[in-house]
Amino acid sequence: MQMADTPYQFPDASGHFGPYGGVFVAETLIPALDELRQAYAECQRDPAFVAEFEYELKHYVGRPSPIYHARRLSEKFGGAQIYLKREDLNHTGAHKVNNCIGQALLARRMGKPRVIAETGAGQHGVATATVAARYGMECVVYMGSEDVKRQAANVYRMKLLGATVVPVESGSRTLKDAMNEAMRDWVTNVGNTFYIIGTVAGPHPYPVLVRDFQTVIGKECKVQMPELTGRQPDYVIACVGGGSNAIGIFHPYIGEQGVRLVGVEAAGEGIETGHHAAPLTANARVGVLHGNRTYLMQDEDGQIIETHSISAGLDYPGVGPEHAWLKDSGRAEYVGITDAEALQAFHDLCRCEGIIPALESSHALAYAAKLAPQLARDKILLVNLSGRGDKDMHTVAERSGIHF
Amino acid sequence: MSKIQATFQRLQAAGRKALIPFITAGDPDPAATVPLMHALVEGGADVIELGVPFSDPMADGPTIQRASERALAKGMSLRKVLALVAEFRRTDTNTPVVLMGYANPIEAMGGQAFTAAAREAGVDGVLVVDYPPQECVEFAATLKGAGLDPIFLLAPTSSAQRFAEVARAGSGYIYYVSLKGVTGSANIDLDEVARRIPQIRAAVGMPVGVGFGIRDAESARRIGELADGVVIGSRIIEEIENSAPGEVVARVRDFIKGIRTALDQIGETAR
Repeated sequence: MQMADTPYQFPDASGHFGPYGGVFVAETLIPALDELRQAYAECQRDPAFVAEFEYELKHYVGRPSPIYHARRLSEKFGGAQIYLKREDLNHTGAHKVNNCIGQALLARRMGKPRVIAETGAGQHGVATATVAARYGMECVVYMGSEDVKRQAANVYRMKLLGATVVPVESGSRTLKDAMNEAMRDWVTNVGNTFYIIGTVAGPHPYPVLVRDFQTVIGKECKVQMPELTGRQPDYVIACVGGGSNAIGIFHPYIGEQGVRLVGVEAAGEGIETGHHAAPLTANARVGVLHGNRTYLMQDEDGQIIETHSISAGLDYPGVGPEHAWLKDSGRAEYVGITDAEALQAFHDLCRCEGIIPALESSHALAYAAKLAPQLARDKILLVNLSGRGDKDMHTVAERSGIHF
Repeated sequence: MSKIQATFQRLQAAGRKALIPFITAGDPDPAATVPLMHALVEGGADVIELGVPFSDPMADGPTIQRASERALAKGMSLRKVLALVAEFRRTDTNTPVVLMGYANPIEAMGGQAFTAAAREAGVDGVLVVDYPPQECVEFAATLKGAGLDPIFLLAPTSSAQRFAEVARAGSGYIYYVSLKGVTGSANIDLDEVARRIPQIRAAVGMPVGVGFGIRDAESARRIGELADGVVIGSRIIEEIENSAPGEVVARVRDFIKGIRTALDQIGETAR
């Protein structure tokens, strides 16, 4: 393949992944992004910064997270062997904390005592509130009022950790609107505030920043898989909302041509119904939102439309620009998994392995369940189990008609 | 020379300041927009900024967000905004109209198709909030090629390098955002404005309109003393929100008249 000869060097200096990414923000934010880019470049070159990040990941987050061979699940699906990268075992219960530590250290370095964040499922909000408590920073989390209702337990966790949670009542009252509101806060308080974006979207340099802090996932896998199985996996599978856990595990594998990368989007009630959150799978039109150009769920007139997924963390109309590029370049493939399929995988993992996965991660598992039986028993699927499912008890119970 | 440039030249020659009101197209309903535009002109507007509603107005405060939501709920779209401009043009061929909005509706239509349709409808300038100059080189050139002015923002935090980029890409006038924050915010820093406007004028060679945070005749007069034009938006939307259905047009006209009077006093005291 052509790509093997040319090293993968994206984004370019101005933050573009091919036609995607970029810096599509109002002038008021340009200097703040310039400042962030500069500070991050300095930190990358500073061994003390890198060492502190790694120390925190080890002693505070509990890394490296193990890889677990899900034998009973593999047996049940009947085919390829399924290995789980256990990001659910991280402190705070998901991969989100990796990035939050990195950005909080950056905020501290830049002398910003106040951090803000947007959150959908609440995992990124909880992770941000956690690191803010850890480093003694003021923390404000914006959350769509719909999500506040869906994720009451996480709202309470953020409050316990000392954060202020602001319900956002505008637009569709979900993740995208929380992001709008966080941007508005940032532009107003840019002097003392650092905006910790939770996914590989937003204006440059965020997609790079978040990716770099999350690649610890894939880097560990590249060491762990040969130790466990004697080789790298045949497939790496991860769920994609904005796409941070997927980029984190994909990126170190981009140069490994034998490893297929599969991003699993939320097909909601089915791609054909239009009620989904799968812009890549559905081949949605390319547009501009939240500071970058990417595939977007939108109507004929370019208005962003409401998305649907059982999992709040995947309920986002866009997708990180690097995923858009990986799709176009063919290096990664993107598929959709419906609410019903994800729920089935959720229950399967609970019953077969004694692991309660997040509904987001259940999408990746559900695709593995579809793929495994088509493959020989010596094939290896590495699934990023990006988070644990405690936060989803309410949603899953309600689906079964149970009310606490 | 574009209609916008001619307007600023004429005003400058007369020692007057440009009054640039903003309304969101389709707010409170599509039928109100053209009468409101005429009322703005009757009240003394020199240039009209017409907001194109967008589902995710990141740079706007709650007032203009609400206006966008009301307009979208009434079915407003970029194509319909262009139709409203064409309707306005049937009876007003002079007042420059600047469309102000976000990139995505334009991208959905296509930059070239939009430019052709905007020119056809009688639009004079386009300000895309989330198109900084480096991300819209081609689009800005397309606009200029069609005789439309690409209007760009500058902020208190903008560097001299940004001035140069905007000078290259833009034409017509500069929209100087007078404070950090979103539209409709308070706390305008007059000293900052006084310091920056001459620098920008000198570096960019275009007239400078100042907006964000102008609430009334007094703040308009103070800004008018420093700038070439005054942009006022959220405060007009509030006027629309607080009017009974029958009196919207009259109230907006009277409000603009009050600002006009204040701005014209600047010239008189100088003389």
